[in-house]
Amino acid sequence: MKGIEELLRQHPFVRGLEDGIITLIAGCAKNVAFQANEYVFREGDAADEFYLIRHGTVALEMFVPGQGPFTFLTVKNGEILGANWLIPPYRSSFDARAVELTRAIAFDGKCLRDKCESDHHVGYEMMKRFIPPLVERLRTARLQNVELCDDGKHQRQ
Amino acid sequence: MVSLEIAADGSDNPLSRFRPGQFNMLYAFGIGEIPISISGDPASTDRITHTVRSVGPVSAALAKLKRGDHVGIRGPFGSSWPVDEAAGCDVLLIAGGIGLVPLRPVLYHLLKHRETYGRVALLYGARTRDDLLYRPELDTWRRTPNFQVRVTLDRAGRDWVGDVGYVTGLLPKVRFDPVDTIAMICGPEVMIRSTALALLDIGVAATQIFISLERNMKCAVGFCGRCQLGSHFICKDGPVYRYDRVHDLLAIREL
Repeated sequence: MKGIEELLRQHPFVRGLEDGIITLIAGCAKNVAFQANEYVFREGDAADEFYLIRHGTVALEMFVPGQGPFTFLTVKNGEILGANWLIPPYRSSFDARAVELTRAIAFDGKCLRDKCESDHHVGYEMMKRFIPPLVERLRTARLQNVELCDDGKHQRQ
Repeated sequence: MVSLEIAADGSDNPLSRFRPGQFNMLYAFGIGEIPISISGDPASTDRITHTVRSVGPVSAALAKLKRGDHVGIRGPFGSSWPVDEAAGCDVLLIAGGIGLVPLRPVLYHLLKHRETYGRVALLYGARTRDDLLYRPELDTWRRTPNFQVRVTLDRAGRDWVGDVGYVTGLLPKVRFDPVDTIAMICGPEVMIRSTALALLDIGVAATQIFISLERNMKCAVGFCGRCQLGSHFICKDGPVYRYDRVHDLLAIREL
């Protein structure tokens, strides 16, 4: 059975990260699995953890009264899940539900925050890996929003 | 959305000899004329297919046509997707919403001449499951060997088990060689711009990216100037352009 550090080294999130930092952050990590339809976290939950998806698919959902839950993004192998562990009050703002059997590396948010706080180089390396996917998700959400405002009255169809 | 099949009387009818990406002007008698992309098989000579979304008076009238009704048609007009130039290359088709309509003839051509091309992928983004076009065919294409099909929705219910997110998020999920790929993009212009940039970022050259542009067309033969983009008449010089030839113009908001 592979140790958590070995599993972590196989994830694209740590690509290019110094060995010492990988070993350091592995101390905050554990291996987890979610069955299909199991919630990884729910809206309003304490955002104690974030996840590196190793295998599977997680649907990010919001519940709309009268309509039910709808998915606004799916997160798959090699991607990160959860950013609210970074920002007070550390509370999840949507549901995350495993669509299929999903294996992930879960990080204790407070443990990692403490390590980033005590060594800002570690913190900067973490930010360099967290910010690009978050900015990309923000950018694509904007594009989707702009296209929704398009009334679709293109003349040529 | 409605697909209209118009009977053509054989291969000597110029209307049935279109190239993928071209459009016809369809005339709903007494109401008006609009450009509609040809969405059928370019190898089919007995019928010409258009897919129409009812959004205005003319398209609404076209969408209500019944079997045996008459419609005015002139064409085909405009430039086409580079299906011949793509021979031997990987081919990436990227469609947003009704942008799949002008790309469907390319899909038919690729399927018919599969051995001529390298890896082939269709990336298709739609708002919801109900907005997906050609659903039975999408399922068929998905099951076709050596044919990568990825579909993503902007939002979905629990009945959807596929991807949810923006269409560019599908790029890492298909196999192609950026250096040897011809990409064809069709959809809202915001989507075209962002997708072209995403392709440039991963190493697809601007000369290998083709886009289909949309402006208000009227005459379809480059006289009236309604569809002018800089020095281009989109009805005549376009609608399909190599990206490097127009990307500067796309940045000029006054156009």
